[in-house]
Amino acid sequence: MDLKTLTYIVVGMTFALYLGIAFWARAGSTKEFYVAGGGVHPVANGMATAADWMSAASFISMAGLIAFMGYGGSVFLMGWTGGYVILAMLLAPYLRKYGKFTVPEFIGDRYYSKVARVVAVVCLIICSTTYVIGQMKGVGVAFSRFLEVKYEVGLLIGMVIVFMYAVLGGMKGITYTQIAQYVVLIFAYTIPAIFISMNLTGNPLPQLGLGSTMSGSDVYLLDRLDQVVTELGFAEYTTSVRGNTFNMFMYTLSLMIGTAGLPHVIIRFFTVPTVKDARSSAGWALVFIAILYTTAPAVAGMARLNLHETIKPMGGENLVYEERPQWFKNWEKTGLLEFEDKNGDGRIQYSANKATSEMVTVDQDIMVLANPEIAKLPHWVIALVAAGGLAAALSTAAGLLLAISSAISHDLLKGVIAPDINEKTELLASRIAMAVAICGAGYLGYNPPDFAAGTVALAFGLAASSIFPALMMGIFSKGINKEGAVAGMIAGITVTLLYVFQHKGIMFVPGTEFLGGMPENWFLGVEPNAFGAVGAAINFAVAYTVSRVTQAPPIEVQELVEHIRVPSGVAAAQDH
Amino acid sequence: MAFQSEDDAKAYWKENVSLMVKLMVIWFVVSFGCGILLVDVLNNIQIGGYKLGFWFAQQGSIYVFVILTFYYARKMGQLDRKYGVEGE
Repeated sequence: MDLKTLTYIVVGMTFALYLGIAFWARAGSTKEFYVAGGGVHPVANGMATAADWMSAASFISMAGLIAFMGYGGSVFLMGWTGGYVILAMLLAPYLRKYGKFTVPEFIGDRYYSKVARVVAVVCLIICSTTYVIGQMKGVGVAFSRFLEVKYEVGLLIGMVIVFMYAVLGGMKGITYTQIAQYVVLIFAYTIPAIFISMNLTGNPLPQLGLGSTMSGSDVYLLDRLDQVVTELGFAEYTTSVRGNTFNMFMYTLSLMIGTAGLPHVIIRFFTVPTVKDARSSAGWALVFIAILYTTAPAVAGMARLNLHETIKPMGGENLVYEERPQWFKNWEKTGLLEFEDKNGDGRIQYSANKATSEMVTVDQDIMVLANPEIAKLPHWVIALVAAGGLAAALSTAAGLLLAISSAISHDLLKGVIAPDINEKTELLASRIAMAVAICGAGYLGYNPPDFAAGTVALAFGLAASSIFPALMMGIFSKGINKEGAVAGMIAGITVTLLYVFQHKGIMFVPGTEFLGGMPENWFLGVEPNAFGAVGAAINFAVAYTVSRVTQAPPIEVQELVEHIRVPSGVAAAQDH
Repeated sequence: MAFQSEDDAKAYWKENVSLMVKLMVIWFVVSFGCGILLVDVLNNIQIGGYKLGFWFAQQGSIYVFVILTFYYARKMGQLDRKYGVEGE
């Protein structure tokens, strides 16, 4: 069977599985709907959280970025896992104890102010929309490859499917569907990695394979990789720093605290029964995430090695363009891989020198999807990777769209503007918000500000600079008042947004960078993707200072803070 | 259930914060310390094909993160029981 047909079948089967589970679970649990609402086991919740969390950025994009950044790509690995430690210790248990349903609701209550709630909603919408842009890039890449169309067409198809998926709506809330998505996603990610690790090193565990010697020789894989890339003029794989050490520090920090500030992740911790479960749920989520995240560096290193070995085998000749493999031709159709025979010898020269390198476009987001083909794995494995990538992108995009629409309809419309609207109007408003968000994200995804994982990193920076400090100070300080919190959030996100827009264009539209995107203009060498950490520091400082010079919070609020610090007496999770 | 006394509430919170601080120090050391700030020094040590600093940045820190979250959950469970504030 040819690859295309097989891909349709595998992708179709997984979609049927998600839908089937959704209908089965819905029919079976109507009567116990409210009990189940807060009754999800921590392990199950952890798995569902992992599926929710690992998006196109983790699945499709991250390993590709690491493949080209080498050691510098570690910021994603540490940042997106280390954030869970903060979440588990500093936020999840307390927010669970508080027992409300949305993040702006907590901020509105803790800072006894509708203004604070509205500011939190606006911050949430900005972060989530940026996040969806990153997903759209990933979805666009995946669809363009498997339908063999241009990236732009793939993006359009992706928008339609994500919208339908999100409108099915309730499905997203059903934990079992997410568990199925996790299972598909993790098999799709690890199976090709195991194959490739076996091929290259003879060790079936990719985590160990990356540190092993090449099959049939006593040269370590990483040493070989360093040698191959440096010969072509690229930076040494295992030591290439991203920007400078300070930039890497800030990038990692920004992703970590952004993780802990992203509303669609925090919401998951409202669905476990007790505070104790909220703590262990974060641990289980991290276990399931770590399986992918410790495999990713192996995928990255091995994909990079295979790519170079295909184009120019060790000690051999450069590949003749007419003899290029099928995967090369397929990716050329998407426009994400381009070759230009600059010296006219009919062979492919690929090096770090932009003037002579004939691989004029190698979109880093294609690496994970292309990897099994480059390694000549069986067709069913390649089809499985397609299904996994789509599962990752769709589940997260749908989750984010729900977070955006509930922020608008529940927090903004019902909570502040028109408290007496009926449920039907609220639902309609949420659908419209969703459609607007997806069109906006799709339009911006047409010219994404960065690769998928880079775009998502921007979203984390924005969450880090606005929501995280407000939540953390809300729990750990009784002295921060509404003036402080509001000023802090506004200062944090404004500074971060200004910095990002200045370098990446207003709303990421190319050509509107008002100071140019030049690295020379970067503040202390910190790139825009990493600036959230600076924004967060500003948020903390402003909130503290303003709170010192204005009136202390009322006594009820201080009692509320006391109350959330104690695990007992937890209320059932509330639905809205 | 609630605390027996105001002092208990203070002591509980103090123990919680001190546990948190200890674990956050480890969190910082394995990621920002071993993975970023000290990476060049640690890269002089080789374990199999991995340079140690590179290993911390791409593997080791993640394993430690997993252990930290579970350790925290377990310790806090014990603390809740000690002060009689575990949820039901």
